[in-house]
Amino acid sequence: MSLPEGWEMVVGLEVHTELLTRTKLFCGCANAFGAEPNTQTCPVCLGLPGSLPVLNRRAVELAMAIGLALHATVSPSTFHRKNYFYPDMPKDFQISQYDRPINAGGYLDLPDGSRVGVERAHLEEDTGKSTHLGGTGRIHGAERSLVDYNRSGVPLVEIVSAPDIRSAAQARAYAAELRGILIASGASDGRMEEGSMRIDANVSVHRVGEPFGTRCEMKNLNSLRSLQRAIDYEAERQYALVASGGVVRQETRHWDEDRGVTSTMRSKEEADDYRYFQEPDLVDLAPEAAWVETVRAGLGPMPAERRARLAALLEDPTEAQLDAVGTVVDLGVDGFVEAAVAAGVEADRAIARAANELAGEAHERPGLSEQSFAATLRLEQSGDLSATQAKTVLSTLALAGGDPATVARELGFERMASGELEGLLERLVGEHPDEWRRYDEGDDKLAQFFTGQVMRATRGQADGKAVLEVLRARRGR
Amino acid sequence: MAGLSREEVAKVARLARIALDDAELERFTDQLAQVLEHAADLEALDLAGVAPTAHPHGLANVLRDDEVRESLPRAEVLAQAPDVAEERFAVPRIIGEAP
Amino acid sequence: MNAIKVAGSVGSGATSAVEVVAESLERIAARNEELNVFVHLDPEGALAAAARVDERVAAGERLPLAGVPVALKDNLCVRGQPTTAGSRILAGWRPPYDATVVARLAVAGAVALGKANMDEFAMGSSTETSAYGPTRNPLDPTRVPGGSSGGSAAAVAAGMAPIALGSDTGGSIRQPAALCGLVGVKPTYGLVSRYGLIAFASSLDQIGPFAATVAEAALVLEVIAGHDPLDTTSLAEPAPELSTHLDDGVAGRRVGLCRELVEGADPEVVAAVARAAEALARAGATIEEVSIPELKLGLSAYYLIAPAEASSNLARYDGVRYGLRVEGPDVEAMNVATRTVGFGDEVKRRVMLGTYALSAGYYDAYYGQALKVRTRMIEAFARAYARVDTLLGATAPSVAFALGAKTQDPLAMYLSDVFTIPTNLAGEAALSVPFGTGEAGLPIGVQLLGPARSEAGLLAAARVLEAEEGR
Repeated sequence: MSLPEGWEMVVGLEVHTELLTRTKLFCGCANAFGAEPNTQTCPVCLGLPGSLPVLNRRAVELAMAIGLALHATVSPSTFHRKNYFYPDMPKDFQISQYDRPINAGGYLDLPDGSRVGVERAHLEEDTGKSTHLGGTGRIHGAERSLVDYNRSGVPLVEIVSAPDIRSAAQARAYAAELRGILIASGASDGRMEEGSMRIDANVSVHRVGEPFGTRCEMKNLNSLRSLQRAIDYEAERQYALVASGGVVRQETRHWDEDRGVTSTMRSKEEADDYRYFQEPDLVDLAPEAAWVETVRAGLGPMPAERRARLAALLEDPTEAQLDAVGTVVDLGVDGFVEAAVAAGVEADRAIARAANELAGEAHERPGLSEQSFAATLRLEQSGDLSATQAKTVLSTLALAGGDPATVARELGFERMASGELEGLLERLVGEHPDEWRRYDEGDDKLAQFFTGQVMRATRGQADGKAVLEVLRARRGR
Repeated sequence: MAGLSREEVAKVARLARIALDDAELERFTDQLAQVLEHAADLEALDLAGVAPTAHPHGLANVLRDDEVRESLPRAEVLAQAPDVAEERFAVPRIIGEAP
Repeated sequence: MNAIKVAGSVGSGATSAVEVVAESLERIAARNEELNVFVHLDPEGALAAAARVDERVAAGERLPLAGVPVALKDNLCVRGQPTTAGSRILAGWRPPYDATVVARLAVAGAVALGKANMDEFAMGSSTETSAYGPTRNPLDPTRVPGGSSGGSAAAVAAGMAPIALGSDTGGSIRQPAALCGLVGVKPTYGLVSRYGLIAFASSLDQIGPFAATVAEAALVLEVIAGHDPLDTTSLAEPAPELSTHLDDGVAGRRVGLCRELVEGADPEVVAAVARAAEALARAGATIEEVSIPELKLGLSAYYLIAPAEASSNLARYDGVRYGLRVEGPDVEAMNVATRTVGFGDEVKRRVMLGTYALSAGYYDAYYGQALKVRTRMIEAFARAYARVDTLLGATAPSVAFALGAKTQDPLAMYLSDVFTIPTNLAGEAALSVPFGTGEAGLPIGVQLLGPARSEAGLLAAARVLEAEEGR
């Protein structure tokens, strides 16, 4: 999708990320997803009369880590109250940062070489969660709503990009790269599906060279795919409106993933008078230089650097290999690749296996260490395990742990002697004479047929490469 | 500071989620206008360059460690609620999403 | 009933806390209906608490306030006890936690009797804005006890409790102390934890004691002061030693008789302040007349800053989680109905005033300007305290006024705080001590003001004035 020649879209993203603290921003209630409703609340996060907020040191450190990872400047900052009524907000104001955010003036470089400015990354508290009864379960048409305050007061950092983004694909790349940075900095788990990373997009269109158009804010962008689709839809909607002589109204719009359209949620009106003023219950935040430097020193390498490091292990990498490198970094399993390569495994194999076999969360594979990963890949590389067997060993290790060679033996994965393989093929050729004739006459597609038969007979334990070798050796005999 | 109008008071009441009948609007407008008139002495001051004071003392960096403290028992929390359903605080339907 | 004597007597086993509390309850029973001092009483709970104090004493614990009955202003949270801040909107609410000061009093052996009446959300100077009816001045029931901590002051003045806690945002301890003939202390901002104090204006609110004598007030302040990690604005220092400095006197002390802190007061009040200056001079202080013109701006700044903070602090009373709910077809209508029914006129006035002062287009002219005046005020006090150690003035412009005298004229009511407000804006310390009487034999309070952390010196000076009066 694109706008006509001479037109362009202008996009800025506001990304909210929950921080990986043990407790909430202003109280000692647990910050954990998925607990029974209203079991993680106290006078502070319920906004009970007389309660007072006390700032979480770890949340400040994670906010600084995000800022530093985005090349922003950490500055003395203050907290403000953003006043508006909403039932999921227990004090009917949100404690946020306003004119003096903790981080300002950074940027993010995308894999395609473009740079997107980051205006600010500030701390604020999350709201509770409403569910809607009656009607469709959505807010509209509901008869009443129920509020759970477990999420109320969970620490958030809002990262506001400059309006530097010019396409939906670039917006998606920015969000993906930012997600990687948030995870790499240890600040966030980046899980959009659980709402721990949430994206709003400000979109406008204009004729190149003319002032920016009126922008609309898109909400309910629950995946990177939604983000990209919604921006494209919205830019086209605005262009169509302007091209037909209409005017874009500044408003907040809701993305409907199923229907693939945006619709008006609320217009910017009187209700937007948030009456910001400095939060009198909190004092200034002025991290001393030594503290900032400690946080900076604690930051590991960011995704771009890690991708470059892994790519350097490959000779003249292909697109597909670079994609696998990207996946490895997204999954945060660089360490597995590096351990395997250090143990003598080919980089290509290590990257491919890490990208494909280590998806999912680290806690889903408690038994798999970098060492046992490396050892398994060595067994594969030496031919002691077929590719399929190696994958089975990895998934077995993931849950049960143990020594790869032992696990392979217990699974019955003995290396198939070549004589055994030849005997098996002899039998299969006898059973499928037509197929063998066609292969023998040069139809290479039939190699796949025989490999499949071997795999079936050995329940996947044969080494595919060895099968091909034996087949080739039989040809023309 | 121009005089306070009834429209302004009505707008402020809406923002504060308070309903006023006509007589109240009249009375509150007069009373608030009086207070603001008294505050006119502030407007006359030249305070350019004076830093605002939001806090009496210049404290900074008062932080707590990231350690979990026990939450309140849910029954005690919900016992205070005007309406409860499914272990949550129940409210009449919400018109309009959060900003 | 003197708190120090009670604590000594209960602590030594000469009397029991149960006997003391029972006596308090009798006095309450005798006059509470007439005066409307307590909006909530828990006699069984108080007696049970007293019995536990007796057990602790018997077990050898030394408790500074052993068995001392205390009245708590109804904006202090007590776990499981109704806490309404004088408002209908909190009717029936029982906090699931104790305010820090409440917990500290209990640890010290004091026994809470119940919740004392107050102006709704502490907005008022006469205790007439309470949703639970006005409190009457025990010294003359046709008059107000002052406010907003009028119930706390009346409880002590009526002999129902030897001590009480109040809160002071613009004079709400000092003014009722003056009108009821008591000592009332507004401590340095941050000296006493605000955790569990239902907020009116967070940057101005401070909890402090009422007592008949300076020594009792000092003892209570020692118990409740000191750093609290639950209040970020709490000063990171232990409670000051006050009782040991009560007899330090004022020899060599430079006292500034402040023109702006008597200007406009009734002649009998002005005369009492002048006599207080003479008494301090006789005790060895040097008296100097000072003028701090910036103090005159205090009232205007206060009536923008306090309502602004209040408009936000009181937003949470929306009918969703606790307290009153008046049903409506949708959540916004429910919020409006709840707040319209639940708040009284004075609260509505201030919430609207504060909302206006913060709203787009007016922030700079009102709230922003008021914050700058606050800076000016702090600087002006600092200049004054470079010349003198203590400032002297009136607490209130007049003795206790008649019920209903100012309820129709908010601005006139606001003006009764004119001498007390500057201290709150500066976050400094001040107290009111009775000195002489005026019209109809009613007490007059004089105010002593000092920089942050000057409580010990202010109490010692107050002790001099008290001694001059033969107490």
